[in-house]
Amino acid sequence: MTIAPPVVRSAPPTGSTGVRSASVSWMAVPALVAFAVFGVLPLLGVLLLSFTSWNGLSPDISFTGTDSWSTVLADPRLPHALWVTFLIMGLSWLFQTPLSLLLGVFIAAHKRYRAVLAVLFFVPLLLSQAAISITFKMLLDPNFGLGAGLGAEFLQQDWLGDGTLALGVVVFVVSWQFIPFHTLIYQGGIRQIPTSMYEAAEIDGAGRIRQFLSITLPQLKYTIITSSTLMVVGSLTFFDLIYVLTAGGPGDATRALAVDMYQRGFKANLMGPASVIAVILVLVGLTLALLLRRLGGRDATESQLEGV
Amino acid sequence: MTTVLDDRGVRVGGVPPQKPGRPRPRFLQWNWLGGLAGWLWLVVVLLPIYWIVITSFKMQSDYYDSNPLVPPTSPTLENYRFVLENDFARYFMNSVIVTVGAVGPAVLVSFMAAYAIVRGSAGSRFLRTVNGLFLMGLAIPLQAVIIPIYLIIIKIEMYDTLGAIILPSLAFAIPLSVLVLSNFVRDVPKELFESMRMDGASEWGTLWRLAFPLTRPALVTVTIYQGLTVWNGFVLPLILTQSPEQRTLPLALWSFQGQYSVNIPAVLASVVLTTLPILTLYIIGRRQLLSGLTAGFGK
Repeated sequence: MTIAPPVVRSAPPTGSTGVRSASVSWMAVPALVAFAVFGVLPLLGVLLLSFTSWNGLSPDISFTGTDSWSTVLADPRLPHALWVTFLIMGLSWLFQTPLSLLLGVFIAAHKRYRAVLAVLFFVPLLLSQAAISITFKMLLDPNFGLGAGLGAEFLQQDWLGDGTLALGVVVFVVSWQFIPFHTLIYQGGIRQIPTSMYEAAEIDGAGRIRQFLSITLPQLKYTIITSSTLMVVGSLTFFDLIYVLTAGGPGDATRALAVDMYQRGFKANLMGPASVIAVILVLVGLTLALLLRRLGGRDATESQLEGV
Repeated sequence: MTTVLDDRGVRVGGVPPQKPGRPRPRFLQWNWLGGLAGWLWLVVVLLPIYWIVITSFKMQSDYYDSNPLVPPTSPTLENYRFVLENDFARYFMNSVIVTVGAVGPAVLVSFMAAYAIVRGSAGSRFLRTVNGLFLMGLAIPLQAVIIPIYLIIIKIEMYDTLGAIILPSLAFAIPLSVLVLSNFVRDVPKELFESMRMDGASEWGTLWRLAFPLTRPALVTVTIYQGLTVWNGFVLPLILTQSPEQRTLPLALWSFQGQYSVNIPAVLASVVLTTLPILTLYIIGRRQLLSGLTAGFGK
């Protein structure tokens, strides 16, 4: 599974006893080299490639200035891809957050159920998105799938043939895989809330709903931000799932940014415009991560550590 | 469901349900909404899995004229035989090679880097910069840099090899591994480092004889998390390889599905077979695996 972790600021170095740096510095070099070549260099490379024209096959890469940028920015498919991306992001957040929170509260409170539930609950996290998407594609077949099995008229629709339905299916399948993960994060956050707070509320006569609204939710603020950051930034990278499930279709109903980039670059052999999309993808991701961090009002590393 | 009644009974009776003197907060007592959602979602999770398993044992002809949710009357292993005969072993080996080849070195170099960052950051701008770079790296989505990676792989003439999948997988496993491992190395008491130094141990020796045993659980966790990510990886094999001989399992699954889309039981048998190794691992080490899944989000 692909999860894009949130942006984190460097933590102040602690716990060091001040060794002579030369004696340890070399140990960081292998990791640095590997990451520089396949992480940092490509990040610069994608920006450069967005100003070139390349078909991905021939060795000729020619500088074409801002051609690709003006092509992509004038293309109505870009706002559409952005819209689809944000729609999937927003809807999957709306679906996953309340459910994960509810399930997190439940699992945190009930140790015995937790043991039973947990074994099966987390299986979707282990499956590859390719396997999950293939399964749902077949399961949603109107004639031979689940709808026919349950005899439910409602389920016997052409799920992947209709644009709106297909988008809904993508959101559902995403949630199917990731709700267990966010439940895990929430239950960790809930178990860190001091019991004394509830005891005090109990003495003051606060009811359960009141306790949830005045203690649990505020105390979970940073857990909610962490989980939301992962959902939001992660949703930018849903490629495997959408590509296998719908390949961006029907038409371009589910053609989110990552899929759009792949189609332009590796199907239409237009690496320049595809690189432009990739740069936009990075910019959108960074902006969202920064916005969410501002919302939290503190370092994401700290909230991460509170997560579980 | 008897436990439900226990929980309620306990509350009504006013006896502290858990440790004496520490009544369970009312909010954390049985809540119907959560319970309902919990069991309902479990059904939502299990139904597709149940369907995959039973269908994989059906004859292809049965699939089209039996109820999808009813188990086969005469289960067959035919589908599994078919999948195994379609080069499954090769794809499986490819996945093993890619996963081991990427995760082994990635965890090793990340561990070394984490050690160096914790031990030397105070006196080294270089190490602080490296640390900052890895933290920034957490925010780079793989998809966004796949085009330059593709170009680099072509330039170093590794296109359509397993190495082409291994190298970027290795690199992208590093930032999170360094973050998690350095949190753990930081927890090793300073006094222990100090006494190692008094004994005249080198930093390299300290890494292996002190930090390694003390951070072993974290190393296992990180290895599992990264292993799962690489094992299930789809984008890199899709873009960086071409020939069927180099397919890893997720990609093989996808092309198998494209090729035999009418033979759904066989496709589902291949889904089961590609997932089986991870499920086995899950059954053996569930605790480690679950903590591995949230590796980046706490200790």
